[in-house]
Amino acid sequence: MAISLLWRDPRHYQILSLSLLLAAGVAWLGFDVPYACIGVIGGTALLTQYAFTRWLRLPSFDPKSALITALSLCILLRGNSPYILALAACIAIASKFLLRVHGKHVFNPANLAIATFVFFHQAWISPAQWGSAAWCAFLFACLGGLVTSRAKRADVALVFLACYIGLLFARAFWLGDPLAIPLKQMRSGALLLFAFFMISDPKTTPDSRTGRVLFAALVAVFAFMLQYGLYIPQGLIYALALLAPLTILIDRLLPGRKYVWGNHSKGEAV
Amino acid sequence: MKHAFYTAAFLATLIAAPQADAFCGFYVAKADAKLFNKASKVVVAHDEDKTVVTMASDYEGDPKEFAVVIPVPTIITKEQVHITDNALVDHVDAYSAPRLVEYYDEDPCRPQVMYEMKAMGGMAMPQSAAMDSASRSAALGVKIEAQYTVGEYDIVILSATQSGGLETWLKESGYKIPDGASAVLGSYIKQDMKFFVAKVNLKEQEKLGASFLRPIQVAYESPKFMLPIRLGTVNANGPQELFIYMLTRKGRVETTNYRTVEIPTGMDVPLFTKSEFGDFYKAMFDTQVKKNDMRTVFVEYAWNMGWCDPCAADPIPSDKLLELGTFWIGEQQQGSTPMMKPGAMVRRFNPGYRPQDVFITRLHVRYDRAHFPEDLMFEETSNTQNFQGRYVLHHPWTGEASCQAGNEYHAGLPARFSKEAQNLATLTGWDMETIHEKMESNGQSFNPSEIGKPLKWYQQMWQNKQQ
Repeated sequence: MAISLLWRDPRHYQILSLSLLLAAGVAWLGFDVPYACIGVIGGTALLTQYAFTRWLRLPSFDPKSALITALSLCILLRGNSPYILALAACIAIASKFLLRVHGKHVFNPANLAIATFVFFHQAWISPAQWGSAAWCAFLFACLGGLVTSRAKRADVALVFLACYIGLLFARAFWLGDPLAIPLKQMRSGALLLFAFFMISDPKTTPDSRTGRVLFAALVAVFAFMLQYGLYIPQGLIYALALLAPLTILIDRLLPGRKYVWGNHSKGEAV
Repeated sequence: MKHAFYTAAFLATLIAAPQADAFCGFYVAKADAKLFNKASKVVVAHDEDKTVVTMASDYEGDPKEFAVVIPVPTIITKEQVHITDNALVDHVDAYSAPRLVEYYDEDPCRPQVMYEMKAMGGMAMPQSAAMDSASRSAALGVKIEAQYTVGEYDIVILSATQSGGLETWLKESGYKIPDGASAVLGSYIKQDMKFFVAKVNLKEQEKLGASFLRPIQVAYESPKFMLPIRLGTVNANGPQELFIYMLTRKGRVETTNYRTVEIPTGMDVPLFTKSEFGDFYKAMFDTQVKKNDMRTVFVEYAWNMGWCDPCAADPIPSDKLLELGTFWIGEQQQGSTPMMKPGAMVRRFNPGYRPQDVFITRLHVRYDRAHFPEDLMFEETSNTQNFQGRYVLHHPWTGEASCQAGNEYHAGLPARFSKEAQNLATLTGWDMETIHEKMESNGQSFNPSEIGKPLKWYQQMWQNKQQ
């Protein structure tokens, strides 16, 4: 009973799995993430969340989303100085409160911060840092997330992956490349992390299922074009950041019920 | 959206070496001369969408037999091709090579100055190669976009509409194309790549009087920041070795489709490693490749090119960097007063030092078709953290030390030697017993009664010499 209550809010599972992924990355894959950086990013994210909670007089301080954003940043973003990373965490969380339309924040916080800092060359991401050996373990962690979140917004992740991987295979088929190439391209930890923890963020995806499917497919096609047409290695991150505002339009055209964390509708967490 | 603009490199096939197959492209030899290249070197200067690739070949066979076919992202005109000296590439290689450093313990009974010395250089590599061609054409869907001679090379730039036609054209022109190359050529054609085909012009080579082939440099603009390695794996005879020296403006370069990891560094190793550093490094690299299932690209060096510490070779002067393609320093390369840091024995600064201007990332990859099915795709990051493959020797104090501190010092040595032996065994996979034997015979005794005894004069004399 206690466990099912715990898993009712999918963020608990996300925090657990992201923490494990971060620990595995540092312990086995040699991620260059000093403990101080984890502390700085986590601390800044929570402080920013707290400051906005007080400032906007929200009913309660909810650290969960801020922790998820901080963990995503720790796993993905690298910088020359902890101050840059702290600033990224601050901007990420602040964007949730400042960039809102119709009660929803427009951008996935971690995605916005990463796209901004990478674009301005203040930080970088290492898309290949997971290699392909850790991929299976990674996949299990992500799929586990789907199960525990009862597939509430799994449609986004699955449609995105299906479209993106489909395009990888179509490209290989068109080029006459061996299957080893798209198989290798799809076995990317960064792709899974993006699909299960970033684009599928229920707070920044369209409310209706049709809208979500449309959105996921658009992001997949755009990301693929950036990556393989314009040779931009961070195509996934840019595609989501650039298309995120479309959710406003999609929600208007295809309205649906707004998502609430943990399925309880009192005092909405931000 | 700057990361967008990356270059593609067409890397090269240019390299041919007597014992391995061409690396990024395939060797196209006229006779049956097998072109091997176990190790190829490529310097890539890159900023925004501009790239200059310098391909050094280790080909040592008959120049008549040398030919390279390299996929390139754009048509390359004569002005975009330059021939440079092997010495330049060798300098970059030596400068960025993994290094061994040594320290001497001070007299434990009397505080003293510590010396630091550098030792070691890098991987040696060879030279160039040649080729051969002819022209036939349109019926095969092959178009000669440009044709010219630069230095000792005859160069043809081809575009093609279908791989079969290109393959036939190359074969009819006398190139030996390996089986299986057609599919790869087809893939490059659809990706709108052109083909840079070079062979040696024997007359020109004779005029130059050079007995070896010099590196070819190609400059181009393209958002593709990659090196095509697929052609080179088609007919490869076992894994190939590639060193890439990335010269960039902002910071380190990483591969975006393969894991990039730093080579282990900073360990203390036994003193006898000094006489077999080459073997040590090769064994260590083998071990790392196996450990990572041959699926990673290794960083061996990442440093601002204004200086080094310790230096495996002098920093490269600005004019030479410019020749290597770092076009962005063009306007500032006049100054040439060496800046030496006072008191530093081995740290050197570049003449005309400008720390922010050129950053080198030395990448080392061992690859074959099974583990590296895709071309290498790169990304320039803003990571300016310095890194070097560096291994450390600590010479124990060998003079008199008859005081309490001296006794403690001697008592601590066996544990320190054991740690060094353990490091070496872990890094290289070498047998621990052999390591111990070599250490014993090199003055690093694990026997307490031997410790603290000065080395005999003949032991000192031959201590670091190769057996």
